[in-house]
Amino acid sequence: MDLPHFWFLLVAVFFGGYFLLEGFDFGVGMLMPILGRSDEVKRRVLLNTIGPVWDGNEVWVITGAGAMFAAFPQWYATLFSGFYLPLLLILFGLIVRVVSIEWRGKIEDPRWRRWCDVGIGLGSWLPAILWGIAFTDIAVGVPLDENGYVTGGLPVLLRPVALLGGAATCLLFLLHGAVFVALKTEGEIRVAARRLAVGLVAGAAPVVLLLGWTVSWALGEQGRDMQLPFYAAILSSAALLAAALAVRLVREGWAFALTGASVLALAVLFFGSLYPNLVASLPYPERSVTIESAASSPYTLKVMAWAALGTAPFVLVYQGWSYWVFRKRISAAQIPPSIGLSPRLPAPGKAGEPDGNAGDR
Amino acid sequence: MTALDIARWQFGITTVYHFLLVPLTIGLAPLIALMQTVWHVTGDERWYRMTKFFGKLFLINFALGVATGIVQEFQFGLNWSEYSRFIGDVFGAPLALEGIVAFFMESTFLGLWIFGWDRLPRRAHLACIWMVAIGTNASAYFIIAANSFMQHPVGVRYNPEKRRAELTSIWELLTNNTTLAAFPHTIAGAFLTAGTFVAGIGSWWLVKEKADVSEMFRPVVRLALWVMVAAGGAVAITGDVQGKLMFQQQPMKMASAESLCQTETDPDFSILTTGTHNNCASISRIIEVPYVLPFLAKDQFTGVTLEGVEDLQRAGVEKYGPGNYRPNLFVAYWAFRAMIGWALGSAALAAAGLWLTRGGRTPRQGWFRRLALWALPTPFLANSAGWVFTEMGRQPWAVAPNPTGVKEIHLTVQQAVSGHAVGAVAASLIGFTLLYGFLAAVWFGLMRRYVVEGPLEHDAHPPGARAEADEDDEAKPLSFAY
Repeated sequence: MDLPHFWFLLVAVFFGGYFLLEGFDFGVGMLMPILGRSDEVKRRVLLNTIGPVWDGNEVWVITGAGAMFAAFPQWYATLFSGFYLPLLLILFGLIVRVVSIEWRGKIEDPRWRRWCDVGIGLGSWLPAILWGIAFTDIAVGVPLDENGYVTGGLPVLLRPVALLGGAATCLLFLLHGAVFVALKTEGEIRVAARRLAVGLVAGAAPVVLLLGWTVSWALGEQGRDMQLPFYAAILSSAALLAAALAVRLVREGWAFALTGASVLALAVLFFGSLYPNLVASLPYPERSVTIESAASSPYTLKVMAWAALGTAPFVLVYQGWSYWVFRKRISAAQIPPSIGLSPRLPAPGKAGEPDGNAGDR
Repeated sequence: MTALDIARWQFGITTVYHFLLVPLTIGLAPLIALMQTVWHVTGDERWYRMTKFFGKLFLINFALGVATGIVQEFQFGLNWSEYSRFIGDVFGAPLALEGIVAFFMESTFLGLWIFGWDRLPRRAHLACIWMVAIGTNASAYFIIAANSFMQHPVGVRYNPEKRRAELTSIWELLTNNTTLAAFPHTIAGAFLTAGTFVAGIGSWWLVKEKADVSEMFRPVVRLALWVMVAAGGAVAITGDVQGKLMFQQQPMKMASAESLCQTETDPDFSILTTGTHNNCASISRIIEVPYVLPFLAKDQFTGVTLEGVEDLQRAGVEKYGPGNYRPNLFVAYWAFRAMIGWALGSAALAAAGLWLTRGGRTPRQGWFRRLALWALPTPFLANSAGWVFTEMGRQPWAVAPNPTGVKEIHLTVQQAVSGHAVGAVAASLIGFTLLYGFLAAVWFGLMRRYVVEGPLEHDAHPPGARAEADEDDEAKPLSFAY
């Protein structure tokens, strides 16, 4: 395999890893108002299943974008300038999610927490849908002008097939999150998450199949290789059915591995459909950004390959270790009393006296 | 306003915002690691409570630092795609390295540190915060290497076929003399920021009447004051080194910093000028000091000839064709002075603090308490001013030409910007500004609230490190939960 292809694979691995790991983070975020409805402790249980790891998971997309920039500057430039609005919305979502998660417990006030829950919701729903839309769009192809800018605006971005892609990632991440919750919790939430997961399979599996069929048909129309997306979708939905079975048998570890496999198969669908392009151009295929045309110089690719291969094992080891450290299930009984401060400052003159909330442990 | 103007404002606003939070993270992580280490070694619980107290402030700050940082990773492609195409082969490398080497490390180990108080052996838990400290500083190195390339491109060739810059030596890129000067300067500034933050807040509590709280804060204030002295010295020395380098590499930036319009031998250092500043003819120099500028430029007191803005402009037109190669003189001049001037806030606090706490004394002066609060924002302002000077002094270049480098490697911001419609860029500028402004207000409110609350009761005693019978206590409450 030559260096540009190796890097294509590596970028795909970064984004696949991102979908795999942030997929359940988004899922948990989206499920907070559903599984934790009207119960603050339940919502905290849900949030704390991803508590120690979500930040490290998010780095996968930052590093993925950095790798894209280093290895395929044309891809990075075309993709990020072309999907201006969706990316701004994703960024908006990610920003409010980060601060909402970290700041939620800092203030003891139902209104404060409600706003933070809105932030976590926005930051989970928006990227979960928009990444699917964006990746389906570039897989099927977008109009590019001669300077490499995406043209056509919203009607192109929000084509039916792209919306289907958004629905697929969203449903898949919801399901992945529900199975993760079933794996990581104890008690009522675990039961509810299992029930929800089985129901979600019934929604997600057909959507993924339909997406695979539509993308495959669209590629066939353009005379491109149409088999891979089709088989990837079959694999992805088959893994979902198996996951549903595993959930029914209370084999949550297996179920999580299977939804993970399904998410990865979807990533294969996206990146496999692209190949050998990076951004397929419709209707002028000669304007497509390809692996060959977009790759950095051989020296950059070589240096960066050594750097990536040299450091990745360490990253995998310590990220794995952090999952191992926090491997135990969480139950509502384990959630400590809230230690947030009251929203207002203590009365002047009494500054520094611990107020009612601070000492209630 | 053109899309270029808006894109520049957007990058400026988001970056200045990001860098209000970043130095505190970079400097505070090692300081907290140090506090926890002292607790670990001496067993003195005051240090544990300080670790928790400043740890909370650190986390409130870290969240917004991360949130604003994500935008930066994408913004090159969003608004500066022509720049990304031209320079990605070189510029992408330090960015990717930053992600894989530093970001993974700090985010993963920070999660372990926050949630691991009773899950990890104490030594491993301590190692986690040190890894965070190393990660934050390493990320600064890579991103400054990337920025230094824009100031002084090295390790690169021009590929005329693909019309882009290509990396020829990663080693040269990472040991760019601009990087080696800018990195220590930035880190010293970050330590000064964190030192001022800890000392300022600590001093404020020190002056309060309650003896037990004063006692708790005293050692950490002394530590932070000495950190400030060391960091302040380092800021001055590295700043001087960097300045001399700039006189060679980016004479236009330094001439603008001095509002030096004509080439002069042994010019005086200007402290105050008036005029509209973007017009050389309008500038009148009010207060000047001799001998300082030649020393800043070349380590000599006399016999130094420095080129002026007008002459450099003529040389620029000759070399790169018609155009305006002058940065905004007003901004460059005043940002440079603001950077140095704001540092006096930290200096005043360090001097007063060390004097008033000498020999075991606890200060009771009201003015010292006010000084501590007034000094708090000054290093943040100095950091911003310094970066505004560095970046706006680089205009009109996105990649400034290296006087001794490859002659094709340069790019103006005009050539670098994406071809977006004005409306799209304006919408994102407004969106980010409003969102950031709102989050800034919340951030400030939270920080203030947690500072005023002081060390919390429920942090009075350290949780038991991982119990022997780890498997048995399934239902034990988590030591920390969101």
